[in-house]
Amino acid sequence: MIINHPILGPRDSQEFTYLGDASLIDRPDWQADNAADQFCDYLYLRDNPAGAHRELWFHEQGDRSWLVVTRNTVTHEILNVELARDVARARGRSK
Amino acid sequence: MGKFDNHGLKAISPLGGHEPREDAFAGLLIREVTDRALASLAARQGRLEAVHSAAESFLGGALPEPVRWRAAGEFAAWWMGPDLWMVSAPHDSHELLAGELKQALGEAGSVVEQTDGWCCFGMEGARCFDVLERLCNANVRAGKAGDATRTSMEHLGVFLLCHEPGQRYSVIGPRSSAGSLHHALVSAAKSVI
Repeated sequence: MIINHPILGPRDSQEFTYLGDASLIDRPDWQADNAADQFCDYLYLRDNPAGAHRELWFHEQGDRSWLVVTRNTVTHEILNVELARDVARARGRSK
Repeated sequence: MGKFDNHGLKAISPLGGHEPREDAFAGLLIREVTDRALASLAARQGRLEAVHSAAESFLGGALPEPVRWRAAGEFAAWWMGPDLWMVSAPHDSHELLAGELKQALGEAGSVVEQTDGWCCFGMEGARCFDVLERLCNANVRAGKAGDATRTSMEHLGVFLLCHEPGQRYSVIGPRSSAGSLHHALVSAAKSVI
């Protein structure tokens, strides 16, 4: 499987490690009134789609950047690769 | 000169010798390199332009683009990741490189001393391609002078700097695994040459 890194170009997936669902970027506000419920969902609830899935990958044996990879879980086709920091900033995180 | 020069102790190389190790093969010389000081430089959030201009005046040349390295005078720098570089200079004249770099950058960047965290092996000779392609994923035969690729060899994360395609490279890996990296380089050379 080849991951098309946004900065480095195509790299073998052997260089990467997988963390999980990209929804981990959307960490709840710990000060919210229902923070306990939100964190329960954040930690334990995952979609399990047969098809396009956004997930976090770490380029451990490369430039050590975090990526959001959109992968088809049925065919393993890589549909899109973005830098996780760009995704997080676009959602108002890590200002 | 550093302030700890009069301790009476003798430094050893990453492989544990008093002199840098050399392994010669027909068409390939693998040489331990111990004369460079290293410091990493990370741009703080929103301060990328300030880091570029301060580093350019300190280094005498611009910081390299992604996957590239560049030497200017006695300094060299390679790209390690987004907004992150490694700077190197001769150890004898820049033992306190991290401090000098921090002075030049001020609050725009974060600098970390790296000299003793890494080991460096120089590879020279016409058989470089044959050895490197057995060791790592990097597309060395398509590489250009000035490429700086982070890849893995012997399960170790290493930087591969290309000085002259097919002829001259630097392999920089973690110092605590210098013996394993050296073993991998020498084993690959023995199996090819």
